[in-house]
Amino acid sequence: MEEQLHKMAAEAKEALARADSPEALEEIRIRYLGKKGELTRVLRGMSALPPGERPRIGQLVNSIREELEKQLAERTAEVGARVKKMRLAAESIDITLPGTPFLTGKKHPLTTVQEEIEEIFLGLGFSIAEGPEVELDYYNFEALNLPKDHPARDMQDSFFIGPEVLLRTHTSPVQVRTMERTAPAVPVKIIAPGKVYRRDDDATHSPMFHQVEGLAVDRRITFGDLKGVLDVFAREMFGGNTRTRFRPSYFPFTEPSAEVDISCVMCGGKGCRVCSHTGWLEILGCGMVHPRVLEMSGYNSAEVSGFAFGMGIERIAMLKYGIDDLRLFFDNDLRFLAQF
Amino acid sequence: MRVSFKWLQEYVDIPVSPAELADRLTMAGLAVEGLEEPGKEISNVVTGRIVKIEPHPNADRLVVCLVSTGEPELRQIVTGATNVREGHVVPVALEGARLAGGLVIKKARLRGVESRGMLCSGQELGLDPKTLPADQANGIMILPEDTPLGVDVRPVIGLDDVIFDLDLTPNRGDCLSMIGVAREVAALLGQPLRLPRMEVREIPGSSLEGRVRVDILEPGLCRRYVARLFTGVKVGPSPLWMQERLRAAGLRPISNIVDITNYVMLELGQPLHAFDYDRLKDGHIIVRRAHPGETIVTLDGSRRKLEPEMLVIADPGGAVAVAGVMGGLETEVTENTTTVLLESAHFHPTSIRRTSRVLGLRSESSTRFEKGIDLEGCLAAANRAASLLVEIGAGEVVAGAVDNYPSPAAKKTIILRPERVEYILGAEIPREETADLLTRLGFKVQDAGRDLLVNVPSYRVDINLEIDLIEEVARIYGYDRIPASLPYGVTTRGARTGEQALVKRLKEVLVECGLTEVITYSFVSPAVFDRFKVPADSPLRRALSLQNPLSVEQSIMRTMLLPGLLDVLARNFHRRVTSGAIFEVGRVFLPREGEALPEERPVLAAAAMGQGAAGWNRPPLPLDFYYLKGVLETLAARLGLPGLHLERERENPAFHPGRTARVVVDGKTVGVLGELHPDVLEEYELDARVCAFELDLAALLALAGGPPRYQPLPRFPGVRRDLALVVSREVPAADVLRVIRRAGGNLLRSVELFDVYEGEQVKEGCRSLAFSLLFQAGDRTLTDAEVTAQTEAISAALDRELGAELRK
Repeated sequence: MEEQLHKMAAEAKEALARADSPEALEEIRIRYLGKKGELTRVLRGMSALPPGERPRIGQLVNSIREELEKQLAERTAEVGARVKKMRLAAESIDITLPGTPFLTGKKHPLTTVQEEIEEIFLGLGFSIAEGPEVELDYYNFEALNLPKDHPARDMQDSFFIGPEVLLRTHTSPVQVRTMERTAPAVPVKIIAPGKVYRRDDDATHSPMFHQVEGLAVDRRITFGDLKGVLDVFAREMFGGNTRTRFRPSYFPFTEPSAEVDISCVMCGGKGCRVCSHTGWLEILGCGMVHPRVLEMSGYNSAEVSGFAFGMGIERIAMLKYGIDDLRLFFDNDLRFLAQF
Repeated sequence: MRVSFKWLQEYVDIPVSPAELADRLTMAGLAVEGLEEPGKEISNVVTGRIVKIEPHPNADRLVVCLVSTGEPELRQIVTGATNVREGHVVPVALEGARLAGGLVIKKARLRGVESRGMLCSGQELGLDPKTLPADQANGIMILPEDTPLGVDVRPVIGLDDVIFDLDLTPNRGDCLSMIGVAREVAALLGQPLRLPRMEVREIPGSSLEGRVRVDILEPGLCRRYVARLFTGVKVGPSPLWMQERLRAAGLRPISNIVDITNYVMLELGQPLHAFDYDRLKDGHIIVRRAHPGETIVTLDGSRRKLEPEMLVIADPGGAVAVAGVMGGLETEVTENTTTVLLESAHFHPTSIRRTSRVLGLRSESSTRFEKGIDLEGCLAAANRAASLLVEIGAGEVVAGAVDNYPSPAAKKTIILRPERVEYILGAEIPREETADLLTRLGFKVQDAGRDLLVNVPSYRVDINLEIDLIEEVARIYGYDRIPASLPYGVTTRGARTGEQALVKRLKEVLVECGLTEVITYSFVSPAVFDRFKVPADSPLRRALSLQNPLSVEQSIMRTMLLPGLLDVLARNFHRRVTSGAIFEVGRVFLPREGEALPEERPVLAAAAMGQGAAGWNRPPLPLDFYYLKGVLETLAARLGLPGLHLERERENPAFHPGRTARVVVDGKTVGVLGELHPDVLEEYELDARVCAFELDLAALLALAGGPPRYQPLPRFPGVRRDLALVVSREVPAADVLRVIRRAGGNLLRSVELFDVYEGEQVKEGCRSLAFSLLFQAGDRTLTDAEVTAQTEAISAALDRELGAELRK
């Protein structure tokens, strides 16, 4: 009996050692350790043994079982690891195939830039105001100190709907409408982005384009404040090293008036083709709100002052993205729009 | 305005380089757009006299000139020019000379004759042919006889100069003159200004009495009229120095008399006009409005129809000039003129502007009158012209001047408060410095207690208010010296309004859904309504028209967005970009009865064609009706729009009758979604199916909900059951869903349609719809029996209400 058990154990160990798949191991387990397996059969046959031998044989069976189970566990782990390794090897994919495409949309670059400008001024405490695109002559010109036949009206060739109604030529009428609504309360701090229209059409002019107007009215708003706010804007928009330059200019609705240049975004001010070798790029016009404009809008110009500025969104977007033809913005070629 | 650096130095010393001066001017508001150095390229060109001209032995069209360039030996030069004569002094390019455009002259043999150099035209020396006398525009430049020989030609013809191209703002009419610019330069550099000589040597004992009479019938439009009389006039070319200066300013020398008027205009900013006195009836000038139907032939030879609001200069016989704009041909100064009446007047800017606009005539003179000239400068300008006339020996001056100046201008005095300067600028500029800056610009400044009393010189028509003075102070002080600060005071919160935030959010959702934003013009073609099959009686056809559009294609304000999107898709399609999904948020313009301004209604539109996002491992996504419907559903979910659903729409002629729906939110129709009608697509030459929606954005945003409300996560597991049923294809899926939801009761948590099948497996006229149902209770785990009972109730209801059978 004992001999038989030892022989069986040897056979089982041999089989376990040889088995190289989970299935073969399972077969061995069933054959030797299963409910109907060989070890169980031996135990069942114990009753035929003389009672004196039973404990010894029983012990032997148990130790063989333990030994086999241990070896089985080891082999299962070994074989399992090998099988997994083989499976992973077989599952290798071509990582150079392209990834799954998504349907992706894009905001129009002018919207992106407009929102960026908005965020900067929101952060400076400005709200966003809106106004009509079809505007009264009064708001577009007269209330901005541009009476009929003012020579500066020539600077802005307008599209007319009727004698007193036109497409706004700038976002400045929103200044007037906002002040009329708010006066005499202060402070007023708004920007007004939107579409504007001028009778021009070539590579550098579009009959429709976008501006952002800014206006701050309060007690003691100074030209220095205007410089400070626009300095912040320029650095946020074009990078921390951007310098600004304020050049005297003329707008009927501001005084003193200025045009603002930034150090060239391409060459940093050394001079290149983009800045016509001047090192500077003009980006906006601004000034202190003309006292007549304040008065016409219901403010006492002796008590409050204000600044205003206006910039073209297309101009900023062209500088930001290096776009050289204004017409691309309204051509809406999907291959163009997909780039931003 | 073109400003000669050389000429400028006659009025002010300039101790800085042209480049630095340009920078200083730009930073003072006189933007220098460019610096031109016309003679920069030219070298080795000298003056020479043609001593002899002989025929060329081998060529009919060439001649051989012997030229004296101051050397002992004459120089033989072959030329093809026809305007040279023996004795002429001309520019001679020597061997090795460099001309405009980089041309280098070498010794050559022309048809067998040696030529040691070249005679030059003005153009070869870089002069603009427009500024050359007519007879020299196409030939060799002829220099005055007394020009020294053998000297560098550049200083002789003014090519050793730098020309500033000034881009002046419209308020600075005073700087449309050399003296005006010089005054700025003097103020900027702290240098004194030198005024030109104005004394006139008149014919002793002469008098204008009885020879010249000026009547101003429109004193509102002509505030001053000065006339002087020149006799013994010999019309001929003006001296070279004068020609040079006119040329530098971009004007063409014409004759001594005309050149004097132009010269004084450039120098002082006062436009002058010279009449041939003998052609003026009675020497009588009448300044009046044009008579109805009156015409005049202007200097350029064209007959102009005058309108009654135009101001003219007339004699008793009729109009002789359009005041301030252009003279008449009849009284033009010609070679035969011997007596000249010189006009130096002040005309109303607006009147001149209107007239020049109506006539389509802009002249150097009208440009200056429009900006406003110096009312006190008329007499001085006339005197300056008279002085020049004598100086260049072009005639004599009759003593005295007619100066008709009915109501002289009051002196302008403005109080400037130094504290106001600081209030506006935010910079402390010492009172003395303020006074000094203004004095340098020609203002007279007096102390008046704490304030300054400032007298405005008459040429500064742009200065009327204290703020105007503050700007002058800031400008000359230097904007760059004003310290930057940030506004203090009440802190304001910057935030978008609810609606602005929603629009931003909405665009973001659309972009996430795969749509690309476009921006199209607000003006469209009136043909858009027919192309888009808008019914004849639709209010959408009542669009605002532009009175002065750039083209018919951009002549009315849009009342819908979709046609613009179709244009974009068509344009892309014809460039072989055949798939795309786009949207636009913009305003449409709807005229309102009895209101000057239209309603500007914000609209959202989208359009899609083709397919998107195809890959090697994934079928392409059709950009069709259901894609855009999905976009709308996503939008509704993300913006919290309640109860979005579609109702079939068969009547909209722009859309496919079987593939179109009204979009209804919360019971309100907010727009349309559908596939465009093939007739519309044909109009746009779009050979693709296109689906689109257009929604009233204001209505949509008004319905948007607040932030999402948190729903507790289920604590008990749900049970999923699939239900496939066969139902007539006439039954809309929405009806089936409604029945399922109602019969499913509270335990039915969600229903999803996951398959639609039509074909051989189901009977004719029917289709199979498969739903995935999720049952779940909030307080317990559902039993199989409960779920089965519920499912059976649903099946029974479907059978009863829609005749739907379960598919086994």
